Amino acid sequence: MAPILEARGLTAAYGPIQVLHGLDIRVEDGGVTALLGANGAGKTTVLRALCAMVRRGGAASFRGRSLNGQATEDIVRLGIAHVPDGRGTFAALTVNENLRLGAYARRDRAAVKADSARVCGYFPRLAERRQQQAGTLSGGEQQMLAIARALMLRPKLLLLDEPSFGLAPLAVADIFGILRKINRDDGVSMLIVEQNANLALDLADHACVIETGRMAMSGPAAVVRDNEAVRRAYLSY
Amino acid sequence: MVAFLHQVFSGLAMGAVYASLALALVVIYQATHHVNFAQGEMAMFSTYIAWDLIDRGVPYWEAFLLTIAISFLIGMVIERVVIRPFERAPALTVVIVFIGLLVIFNSLAGWRYSYTIKSFESPFPDEPWFGNSFMSSHESGTVVVTLAMLALVYIFFRFTKLGLAMRAAALNPTSSRLVGIRVGWMLAIGWGLAAAIGAIAGMMAAPIVYLDPNMMGGILLFSLAGALLGGIDNPWGAVLGGFIVGVLENVAGAYLVGTEIKLSVALIIIVGVLVAKPSGLFGRRIAARV
Ligand SMILES: Nc1ncnc2c1ncn2[C@@H]1O[C@H](COP(=O)(O)OP(=O)(O)O)[C@@H](O)[C@H]1O
Ligand SMILES: [Mg+2]
Repeated sequence: MAPILEARGLTAAYGPIQVLHGLDIRVEDGGVTALLGANGAGKTTVLRALCAMVRRGGAASFRGRSLNGQATEDIVRLGIAHVPDGRGTFAALTVNENLRLGAYARRDRAAVKADSARVCGYFPRLAERRQQQAGTLSGGEQQMLAIARALMLRPKLLLLDEPSFGLAPLAVADIFGILRKINRDDGVSMLIVEQNANLALDLADHACVIETGRMAMSGPAAVVRDNEAVRRAYLSY
Repeated sequence: MVAFLHQVFSGLAMGAVYASLALALVVIYQATHHVNFAQGEMAMFSTYIAWDLIDRGVPYWEAFLLTIAISFLIGMVIERVVIRPFERAPALTVVIVFIGLLVIFNSLAGWRYSYTIKSFESPFPDEPWFGNSFMSSHESGTVVVTLAMLALVYIFFRFTKLGLAMRAAALNPTSSRLVGIRVGWMLAIGWGLAAAIGAIAGMMAAPIVYLDPNMMGGILLFSLAGALLGGIDNPWGAVLGGFIVGVLENVAGAYLVGTEIKLSVALIIIVGVLVAKPSGLFGRRIAARV
């Protein structure tokens, strides 16, 4: 199977400080890759590098097209939606406006309307709060909004940065159930960063474990899960 | 009493001008957190463009619309060419760039059109509308044109995709890029919009204050006072502030300080607001945003 996303020798730096030191990362078409590692390992930076939000090097391609030298806005237009660290919703705008913005790069108005209804079907809590300011939502609802907004792009690849962060267990289960459904029913590929390795490995078919910007291990999710040494050393459970 | 009402109503006309220019200031402030000190001179230059067009025989309203379009383009080009290189520059550098622009537009107008005062025609009839004895038809017309412009701007920001994208880009540039918004262009369009709004203010003010390269100096000060009074973070607060300042100026000029030193009213308002309530009457707290 061809990968939908492939990065080779990915590097990234904040100013003079290099944070990623050459990573190879793949997401299969229709697959889910989990990106694991301790706090500060560089997981968020990988997602930022793929979207050209930091200075980066190496090669990355999406559906066989090079992402090198492309601006964030153009990468998004190729069908990569990023649910960033800290959610990145527009707190001062309404839920509805956030969803409209998610579809900003699209031109197919009628389909956008249909998708808005579909996405609200996934997240009924959002549907009830469409006219409310996003900043007034609870943490779980904001995470839902961030995912819903990303889905409004009708992405082929979803980059998710710790979707379970700061959420109650019930809300986490809810969100992962929906992610599974989106992957299975809509065929959206995913690259997911998670602190909760168990959850992510359940969803993923492939996993990468990174340590201070270098690949510590990568392979099928089941193999990573069953590797006691890796689990002890990097996933702390 | 009648004289007082007269002062209030005719204050509304200049208030409309201040409201427009205050809105132009806010449009740029919200996206960049800078006050464009050249906004007034840009509006003055636009007014000369209108004068030029009318002088060449273009009918008033066609010249009016053409001037708005040309000003929009000039505003966009200034952002792309002059402002953009200073995107990450310190605030003081940006202020100096704005003052540079101010001086350039002022001398460009003086060089091209001379510093002699010109009269500028009003599109409105000589007799007051509907027997309104408090306002001349140009004064009422200015208020009407301004309200129409404000309604259009409101509809644009509230209901169009581009307007929403511009608000998003001002609120959160990083998240905006992640949904595919070209933030740099949103800024350029913001500059264009501000210049176009300023052009309307200039064309409405010119029949009242006459056309000369320095016509906008005092007007910018009053507009800034209006924007600060209403809240430079809140477009509709700033608009209301502009109207309030217009009326205050007129009333104070007639009864308190005399027309010669009316400008100090603007300064008193600016200093007063900055000391007593920096966020203005309707603004968000500025401290929360930095
Ligand atoms: N904006 C930034 N500026 C400078 N350094 C940063 C920035 N963001 C992250 N870093 C550094 O980069 C490294 C990787 O961070 P990050 O990608 O956020 O890790 P993770 O998401 O795995 O916790 C850390 O050492 C962190 O301190
Ligand atoms: Mg992180």
